[in-house]
Amino acid sequence: MPALLSLFAAFFKIGVFGFGGGIAMLPLIFQTVQSFGLMSAEDFADLVAISQVTPGPIAINAATFVGFHYAGIPGSVAATLGVVVPSFAIILIAMRFLDTYKESRVVQGVFTGIRPATIGLIAAAVVFMAETVLITGGTVAAMPVVLFLIAFGLSIGTKISPVLLTVCMAAAGAILCS
Amino acid sequence: MKENLQQQQNTDMNKQQEGRASRGALLWQLFASFFKIGLFTIGGGLAMIPLLERIAVKEKKWFDEEEMMDCLALSQSLPGVVAVNMATYTGKRKGGFAGALAATLGVILPSFLIILLIANILLHVGDNPYVAGAFTGIKAGVCGMILSTVIRLGKKNLKDAFGWIIALAAFILIAFFSVSAVWVILGAAVCGIAWAFFGHRRSARTERESALPDDNTEGGA
Repeated sequence: MPALLSLFAAFFKIGVFGFGGGIAMLPLIFQTVQSFGLMSAEDFADLVAISQVTPGPIAINAATFVGFHYAGIPGSVAATLGVVVPSFAIILIAMRFLDTYKESRVVQGVFTGIRPATIGLIAAAVVFMAETVLITGGTVAAMPVVLFLIAFGLSIGTKISPVLLTVCMAAAGAILCS
Repeated sequence: MKENLQQQQNTDMNKQQEGRASRGALLWQLFASFFKIGLFTIGGGLAMIPLLERIAVKEKKWFDEEEMMDCLALSQSLPGVVAVNMATYTGKRKGGFAGALAATLGVILPSFLIILLIANILLHVGDNPYVAGAFTGIKAGVCGMILSTVIRLGKKNLKDAFGWIIALAAFILIAFFSVSAVWVILGAAVCGIAWAFFGHRRSARTERESALPDDNTEGGA
């Protein structure tokens, strides 16, 4: 039981203090699991590798992985719940607050400001992803750039479903980028 | 007008009649849709945007683009797992607390199950060149899809100079100066409040004086 509790607590902390999601959370995840003696640096490198080639939020992957290795399936449940509960609660509280004051000029102003900022933020995500996948070792990687352009063209020019497009890109990547 | 009223009454009646059944169906749809989104979110929370847009905005019409952007902004600026934040937000909007639970469970279950499966069997799955190639392909593709989403959202939602300036400033600060998204969104919120209180009067005046050239000194980040 203490094992499950400490897992829950460790990942609860990650959920509360982890801003930005994904890769941005990795240092926090590493520090936390180390301070609890849950994981070696080598295991952590494995975890990062696994997280990058499996679907789903990296924090959930990490919680499931660490929890499982520490205390089996109950451990993976405890750790995953730990990282999810803060997100869940914080969003519900924020929504209640915003809905209560949505007529106020301040809250409306807030949304007038953050909607366009969100577009800039998503555009920045394109740059970050491009840096990790379209550029390798300082040079532009030809095949990924071709796939990038094809996906962009199909996505903006046709109604192809993102799921189908993702599956096609996986197949093309396995053949062309391996 | 009459037609609208009729429609409204019809939907109200439908709502009452279907009541429980449609609520169960909605919860199932939230769960299933976010399970799908979780399954195809590879490479961080923002990778789910194209699929979220397709499912929640276009197919299910759970909310419009504006509200999707509110959801994204909140998810990015509040702590926690971005994908969980977005699922909780969408679920709560459409199905209350139960909806939030259904969507959140849906989005976390694929990664949970997959990790449990491969934590034992395939620790070195990423070492396989074909697997690595497939994921390179996926990431390159997701990158293209997100770019097309940005263009679509920008075309529809950036309507005035204020919006363009904020969007460009946010992009430059995050992409090239590594400013945290949290600070950018807070800053944009402050600019938005300032614009709401001081901007409208000024833009009304500019409209009246539209013959005069606009000096456009407003809205620096």
